[in-house]
Amino acid sequence: MSDLEMPPKIAPMLETRQVCKQYQSGTTTLEVLRGVDFTLEKGGFLAVVGQSGSGKSTLLHVMGLLDAPDSGEVWIDGQRIDNLPGREKDRLRNSAIGMVFQAYHLLPELTALENVLAPLLIRHGIFDWFTQRGIAQEKAKVLLDRFGLSNRLHHRPRQLSGGEMQRVAIARALITDPQVLLADEPTGNLDEESGAGIIEALAELNRDKGLSIVLVTHDADIASQARGIVRLSAGTVDIMDSGAADSAA
Amino acid sequence: MADTAIGDMYKLLLCWRYLRTRWIALASVISVTLGVATMIVVNSVMAGFSHEMQTRIHGILSDIVFESHSLSGFQDPQWHIEEIERAAGDQIAGMTPTVAVPAMLSFQVRGQWVTRQVMFIGIDPRTHAQVSDFGQYLQHPTNREQLSFSLREGGYDTTDNQNPTETPTRPALEHAGWPHRRMRVERERLWKERLETKKSAENSATRSVDQQVQAVLAATSPEDISEETPSDATEDGESRKNPFQTARPAQGRVMDLAKEQFTGIVPGIGLASFRNRQGVDQFLTLPGDDVKITFPTAGTPPKAVSDNFTIVDFYESKMSEYDSNFVFVPIEALQRMRGMIDPQTGIPSVNSIQIRLKPDAKLNEVRDRLREVFPSDLYAIATWRDKQGPLLSAVDMEMAVLNILLFLIIAVAGFGILAIFFMIVVEKTRDIGILKALGATSSGIAGIFLGYGLFLGLLGAGAGLVLGLSITYNINQIRQAVEWCTGSRVFDPSIYYFFQIPTIIDPFTIGWIILGAIIIATGSSVLPAVRAARLHAVEALRHE
Ligand SMILES: Nc1ncnc2c1ncn2[C@@H]1O[C@H](COP(=O)(O)OP(=O)(O)OP(=O)(O)O)[C@@H](O)[C@H]1O
Ligand SMILES: [Mg+2]
Repeated sequence: MSDLEMPPKIAPMLETRQVCKQYQSGTTTLEVLRGVDFTLEKGGFLAVVGQSGSGKSTLLHVMGLLDAPDSGEVWIDGQRIDNLPGREKDRLRNSAIGMVFQAYHLLPELTALENVLAPLLIRHGIFDWFTQRGIAQEKAKVLLDRFGLSNRLHHRPRQLSGGEMQRVAIARALITDPQVLLADEPTGNLDEESGAGIIEALAELNRDKGLSIVLVTHDADIASQARGIVRLSAGTVDIMDSGAADSAA
Repeated sequence: MADTAIGDMYKLLLCWRYLRTRWIALASVISVTLGVATMIVVNSVMAGFSHEMQTRIHGILSDIVFESHSLSGFQDPQWHIEEIERAAGDQIAGMTPTVAVPAMLSFQVRGQWVTRQVMFIGIDPRTHAQVSDFGQYLQHPTNREQLSFSLREGGYDTTDNQNPTETPTRPALEHAGWPHRRMRVERERLWKERLETKKSAENSATRSVDQQVQAVLAATSPEDISEETPSDATEDGESRKNPFQTARPAQGRVMDLAKEQFTGIVPGIGLASFRNRQGVDQFLTLPGDDVKITFPTAGTPPKAVSDNFTIVDFYESKMSEYDSNFVFVPIEALQRMRGMIDPQTGIPSVNSIQIRLKPDAKLNEVRDRLREVFPSDLYAIATWRDKQGPLLSAVDMEMAVLNILLFLIIAVAGFGILAIFFMIVVEKTRDIGILKALGATSSGIAGIFLGYGLFLGLLGAGAGLVLGLSITYNINQIRQAVEWCTGSRVFDPSIYYFFQIPTIIDPFTIGWIILGAIIIATGSSVLPAVRAARLHAVEALRHE
């Protein structure tokens, strides 16, 4: 899968440099990340694997600006982002980064369509929204249609199956046309078949739209569908089985 | 990279959805509603009572009272009036001198003497109505236009002219005036005759006369007399006569009580009547009856003198304190009887000068100007507010305390909102994490809960406004309904002088109540909102 050679001068899509993260619980300090160097090239699709508790989710949260690293840097498209002020981080989360979680994390009060629209609702003011609504709704419907949910637009999350919820969550992550999609075990709660469908959809997005993706999983089969695999162990990147890793070095 | 501002559309949507799905929050709305409604009703009723009371007091008292400290008063009211005019004439609409002394009023009810302690007030009938609403409180329509202290030939109102529709009629006043007087005199004459004939009959041992008297008595029952009365023709001729002349029959001449009157007086209606449990006024004495008044003379030491007077009208200000205390008499008569007219110069003395100001005049400013001109050791100058200061400030105090207590109800509702919102924040922790992951700012998250609190406040205050206003507008119907259900009187008209619960809806007060309720509701959501905003995104997402 390392046939995609990137010229080194192009800045990587997402990069972490010596990211450290530790948790203090009582007197013991748990060093989860101890200087992680991670690079995702533009158009890359990396699977992050590792034992449970190895810090995969932690790393993803740091990259997604949901958590701040204790030390180290996070770069997106040639710009350092971990030291930005809060509002700038909020803005990046709202527009540049799409996130998908194992537990779907849909808003229970909103319908499928509204959940997909949520990032745009957050982005726009009330008056702004009335001019944007038509376009946004059309876009959300196209996305849901692509994931086979065109007849579930007005269902609440609890009326949807796990696979459907996850597809709504992916549609929500994509509505902002993010530069990078971070998925944390998106198939973890799904049966094999619907899980495969989700992974297939992600691979297709990467292939057809050139979307950069980081996929956390502990399923080797799923990991093998990515273009490269990164293994986290003992708080550092253990194996980087990808061409992208070579170019970052 | 994103260059759009983080907006607030989602807050509105989520507030709305939370409002529709979290019914528990509406529980606290109900207490806001009840608090606001109660405050509106209580304030409107209190303002109504207070206003009613103030207009009554102000109607009775003039704007500024200029008094001497002593009962003997000060000499030459005309000179004082001119001085006052010079000091503050530009703001004064009218002035009138008065003499007021404590006195005892005695009248006969069914042969028994009833004595009451009163304030005996000499007024100038020509100018007194200019300084207060005195005129409109009288019971005879002509007297309301211009009071004369001579007895009228009937025509007294048999309904309460200030509130003709709500109050029971007063049939007793139908025969008041000369007809009542003539009937009484006739009865007394017959009674006397009967006693004499009885005596002589006893002497001559004849009994038949007794039956004759009985027949005559029956013939002169009240109905007959009022029909016989040659009404209007005599009224003007008689009543326009100078009352002081009629009051002082030539020495030695026996007064014909059926045709002449003593000096006219106007006692407060509360002195002559009482209101029974049904709210109907029962009269002990009527215009046309004679009374005795005992009062002190002006000299030192004062001596008590007594004289006869004839009731010519009743005064009803609906302030029981005044209606059961005041007796009005022509000022010249009182000055003469008390010896307040200087025998050499003929210059009279008065106790006080009542001053009415122009509508836009400044009450305290005029008072202070007069206080500069007149030495305070000789004259007491006070506004009507000063005179009723303790009462008015007691009412204000009462209102303030009530408002604080009622506002505490809304504050309690605020704590309810606080508790419920904390619950909602805990319950919604994961959603808050989701919103943060999707790029919602901390202030945006806070905004959801603040907006939610504002929604609840608006809802509660709005519902409270509607409820409060509808109760206030229909308070008398509600009172009747309650009285009908419980069978007991909620609002006893024999205690209050008005038959309706008075209300005044002050938009300014209501505005403050609404604003306060909204601020409390929104304010109570601040703490939960801050807590929600401070949640850590990752921890929030992990929350189950
Ligand atoms: N807030 C926290 N306080 C203390 N320890 C934490 C906290 N969050 C995570 N950890 C610890 O950090 C470690 C890494 O957690 P993380 O969720 O990143 O693991 P993971 O690789 O995603 O595991 P899994 O495959 O089970 O999802 C775990 O041992 C966890 O107990
Ligand atoms: Mg994990």
